[in-house]
Amino acid sequence: MVYRANFNFMPERSPEEMAANTKRWMDWIGSIAAQNKLTDRGNRLDVSGKVINKDSTITNGPYAEIKESIGGYSIIKADSYEAAIELAKGCPILTTGGNVEVREISPMQ
Amino acid sequence: MQQPELLPHLFRTEYRKIIAVLCKRFGFDEMETAEDIASDTFMTAAQTWGLQGIPQNPVAWLYTVAKNKASNFLKRQATFHTKVVKETATPENASTVPEYEIDLSPQNINDSQLQMMFAICHPAIAPQAQIGLSLRILCGFGIEEIADAFLTNKETINKRLHRAKEKLRSENIPIALPDLADIDDRLGAVLATLYLLFSEGYYSISNNKTLRKELCFEAMRLCYMLVENKQTNKPPVNALLSLMCFHASRFEARMNKQGELILYEEQDTSLWDADLISKGGYFLNLSASGNQLSKYHLEAAIAYWNTQKDDTKEKWENILQLYNRLLQIEYSPMAALNRTFALSKANGKPEAIIEAEKLNLINNHFYFTLLGELYTGMDNLKARDHLEKALTLAKTQTDKQTIQKKIDRLS
Repeated sequence: MVYRANFNFMPERSPEEMAANTKRWMDWIGSIAAQNKLTDRGNRLDVSGKVINKDSTITNGPYAEIKESIGGYSIIKADSYEAAIELAKGCPILTTGGNVEVREISPMQ
Repeated sequence: MQQPELLPHLFRTEYRKIIAVLCKRFGFDEMETAEDIASDTFMTAAQTWGLQGIPQNPVAWLYTVAKNKASNFLKRQATFHTKVVKETATPENASTVPEYEIDLSPQNINDSQLQMMFAICHPAIAPQAQIGLSLRILCGFGIEEIADAFLTNKETINKRLHRAKEKLRSENIPIALPDLADIDDRLGAVLATLYLLFSEGYYSISNNKTLRKELCFEAMRLCYMLVENKQTNKPPVNALLSLMCFHASRFEARMNKQGELILYEEQDTSLWDADLISKGGYFLNLSASGNQLSKYHLEAAIAYWNTQKDDTKEKWENILQLYNRLLQIEYSPMAALNRTFALSKANGKPEAIIEAEKLNLINNHFYFTLLGELYTGMDNLKARDHLEKALTLAKTQTDKQTIQKKIDRLS
């Protein structure tokens, strides 16, 4: 699961709201883990970053023309896209305007 | 102490020290010899002390006898060796003066025991065999006691130990502390075995309460040895010891005189051992260094919250978050069920019911017990259905009784 949101326009949040949001994430990922469907909690990605272009120039990322960027990822186990989507539906990012992209990993042979 | 109590007491404290030193000295090839010499030493003591009375320093007496028997064995072995291989021996080998002295100093006893711990808990040895060997070699338990602890007979244990010893030899497992680079990995295997040993005592279905308690305290003693040694005194070791202290603090409260289990919420909290709880806190603090968060840290923190008697929102929120993290490190059905129980306390029953039904652990009576509990007061008909399902799946009498009590409360 890849988490996307417009991280540049995050509303200001109080410490209490931040804590509540963290709890929502932890409860959600804990729920997936309790179903023995979590492979790797994954990580958050830095909001900014660098992009190496084809002409070797370096620009600040994420792409200026795209509002949304990838904020993090997790790896889950599911038998089908439908099952994976069911798990993803509880993701707290959906309540704050972000989205979750579900993609199957195709292992390197 | 009079002789009748003294000798069994010394057997329990000294046998394991003698055997660790002799095993280390002889190597696994002569492990049985080491066991024989250690046993013979106590036999000699029983005979001699019976006739001549208890010596002034019984431990030193035992060590001297063990040393003499061991040196005699080494000398015989050396003689045999030189006679058989004399023809092929090079002059250098022949001139090496064999050392027959056995070092039973506290330092060498401690080193030998630690090295044996790492050898026995080698990943090549099956976990059940590791526990058997630990009880025999590191704890000095008799075969009968080990059989009792596993609810099996002596032959089974003897066979299991025999196979394990063969494996120690065939895998050529060294009696030594691992290299610094490997120590965390190997320590992980040792901790896993100590935790199993502890759980064997704590959750065993054996009714022998004294024996069960001894298994727990032996596991704690071995864990403490790791804490005492500079090389092995790592945060997860302290976390495991803390966890064991917290659990053990409830030993008296969690079982009645008949050896039946008393549920956490029904325990007489005045029976909780305050000294062990404070020791648990002490080692939990020591475990909080470095950046490694092991499952033992999380389990110890959960156990800490369980020593807090008041049913506060803060307590259950903390327990829930600890289970959330524990499950990310390692899934287990029990952790998933406990997490869902904590969820019901922290976030309410409706959310917990939805989550519980996702777990789908349909062969587990604890799963249906949990569902029964969650539905109690929400939908008593469903609660009854689940509890009856749990009753048909439960195997032990204690579990069945507990579930029956919950069903009775519904009506």
